[in-house]
Amino acid sequence: MKTLIIAEHDNSALKAGTLNAVAAANAIGNPVDILIAGFQCDTVTEQAQKVAGVSQVLTANAEHYQHQLPEEIAPLIVAQSDGYSHILAPATTSGKNLMPRVAALLDVQAISDIQAVVSPDTFERPIYAGNVIATVQSSDAVKVITVRATAFDPVDNTSGSASATSIEALAALGVSSFVEEKIAESDRPELTAANVVISGGRGLANSENFGLLYALADKLNAAVGASRAAVDAGFVPNDMQVGQTGKIVAPELYIAVGISGAIQHLAGMKDSKVIVAINKDEDAPIFQVADYGLVADLFDAVPELSAKL
Amino acid sequence: MKILVPIKRVVDYNVKVRPSADGTGVDIANAKMSINPFCEIAVEEAVRLKEQGVASEVIVVSAGDNKCHEQLRAAMALGADRAIHIDAPNSLEPLAVAKCLKAIIERESPELAILGKQSIDGDNNQTGQMLAALWGVGQGTFASSVKISEGATWVTREIDGGLQTVKLNLPAVITTDLRLNEPRYAKLPDIMKAKRKPLATITLDELGVDGTVRVTTTKTAPPAQRKAGIKVASVDELIDKLKNEAKVIP
Ligand SMILES: Cc1cc2nc3c(=O)[nH]c(=O)nc-3n(C[C@H](O)[C@H](O)[C@H](O)COP(=O)(O)OP(=O)(O)OC[C@H]3O[C@@H](n4cnc5c(N)ncnc54)[C@H](O)[C@@H]3O)c2cc1C
Ligand SMILES: Nc1ncnc2c1ncn2[C@@H]1O[C@H](COP(=O)(O)O)[C@@H](O)[C@H]1O
Repeated sequence: MKTLIIAEHDNSALKAGTLNAVAAANAIGNPVDILIAGFQCDTVTEQAQKVAGVSQVLTANAEHYQHQLPEEIAPLIVAQSDGYSHILAPATTSGKNLMPRVAALLDVQAISDIQAVVSPDTFERPIYAGNVIATVQSSDAVKVITVRATAFDPVDNTSGSASATSIEALAALGVSSFVEEKIAESDRPELTAANVVISGGRGLANSENFGLLYALADKLNAAVGASRAAVDAGFVPNDMQVGQTGKIVAPELYIAVGISGAIQHLAGMKDSKVIVAINKDEDAPIFQVADYGLVADLFDAVPELSAKL
Repeated sequence: MKILVPIKRVVDYNVKVRPSADGTGVDIANAKMSINPFCEIAVEEAVRLKEQGVASEVIVVSAGDNKCHEQLRAAMALGADRAIHIDAPNSLEPLAVAKCLKAIIERESPELAILGKQSIDGDNNQTGQMLAALWGVGQGTFASSVKISEGATWVTREIDGGLQTVKLNLPAVITTDLRLNEPRYAKLPDIMKAKRKPLATITLDELGVDGTVRVTTTKTAPPAQRKAGIKVASVDELIDKLKNEAKVIP
């Protein structure tokens, strides 16, 4: 049996999370194929062929796959699923949107957000906002899985030599259509890929003050994230939210500024290698997970830190 | 237009849950229970659609033991018209829940189902997508804005890169993200009124759904513990530690 990885891409580049999913597939142990559904996405196919350890890249090219709507892609995956015991995608918003639909069409119970492979049918995954790690065993014939990227080191994407096959697109279902996308443009490192992440919370008080974090981020080549409270208050956009229901990050260095440390926030960052917390309340729960805690007013400490680095 | 709103009874989000000592489950015996926060947002959205005259009836449904009556009543206090309790083990998995919901949909013919994006106990984030698959309709997951007109819904979705808007023909499934709305608090008269609203019970057998667990939990454990950290006295000390002890900055 083989493992099928559903590529995450934007029709021009293969997204990094796909490489973490391949790493999880390698831990399962079967030969690995990648499926790409898109429109005019030849460069993605070429990139996928170079991913280490991949045997075959299957590409379905059709206009109705351009935005990879799950209504269209899920039946395509099901049509290709013969011979695969495992179907994996990264646990990003696209993977989470797509894979349960695939699982339901295959009549199997999906497994979300695995962080370890124990054996081909047994996996570890966080539940209750990461306060409990469950080991789960699937009795279904096909395992449909999303992979937590931070738990698997990405495989090399230069040394592979997979074959490329084009596969037939299915007729469009047409129950849904793409209207528009507002993608945040930034020249900073991406939140889930950065070595250093600086996140701000309600303590920042307004959107202008996030400028203090950007100044510090420039010094450290860091990405900037936020707590839900900062997003809800409109200081920053939703794609910056770190946590149980936002993005999961695990950088070398995470600096939490003006964040109290709610369970839901910790769920998104507590696997970071080194955690720094700057908070004026010495009893803030964030200090319980911080390697280095600085009890200070952020409006003094952050500019000082930027100036001294 | 009828709207179906599936809600789940879960441990309140303020409770820090721990694995049980024997490593086979979780310690939640006396924990405070609530409506899953995302489901509360789903109820609020449906009730607002009714208040705007877009929806005619809001039906809440929950699968689990009898205790979920409490959450069904709470949802009716927020404005849902009636409730259906699917009598089932609390261990029912998303696929089986989705099958139950599909069977309810066949009986009730709603034009919209609004679910939470994720239940905060299992953190699965699956049921809405599965229901949409079984129903053969479009799915607007992680919604931060919903508009309905002329047989379709425009859903703005929170995605990793920003926001995406899709148009779905009705019927459709929507799952809520946190910023879709801020749920109201139930007023005392509404809580009283909710006690008299209809609550029907139906079994898995009647719905023709097999609730056998397919993904079993064989072990539960606490997450890797972080070693205790220290407090630094100044920015200078912090920089020194990061450079020379943790070696995470040059
Ligand atoms: C279902 C659900 C899902 C959720 N998902 C997430 C999620 O994914 N991510 C997330 O982050 N939250 C999430 N939350 C919200 C979470 O529960 C908290 O409400 C939120 O994380 C709090 O954000 P905060 O720490 O910025 O704000 P607060 O808790 O208000 O903390 C602000 C902190 O700033 C400090 N401060 C204030 N001024 C200063 C100053 N001048 N200098 C230094 N320190 C200062 C204060 O001491 C305080 O500790 C979720 C909640 C629910 C119900
Ligand atoms: N037992 C249940 N009863 C009713 N609705 C449920 C149940 N389980 C899940 N749901 C719905 O599905 C959503 C997503 O749950 P999940 O897929 O478990 O993360 C929840 O927010 C509910 O709207």
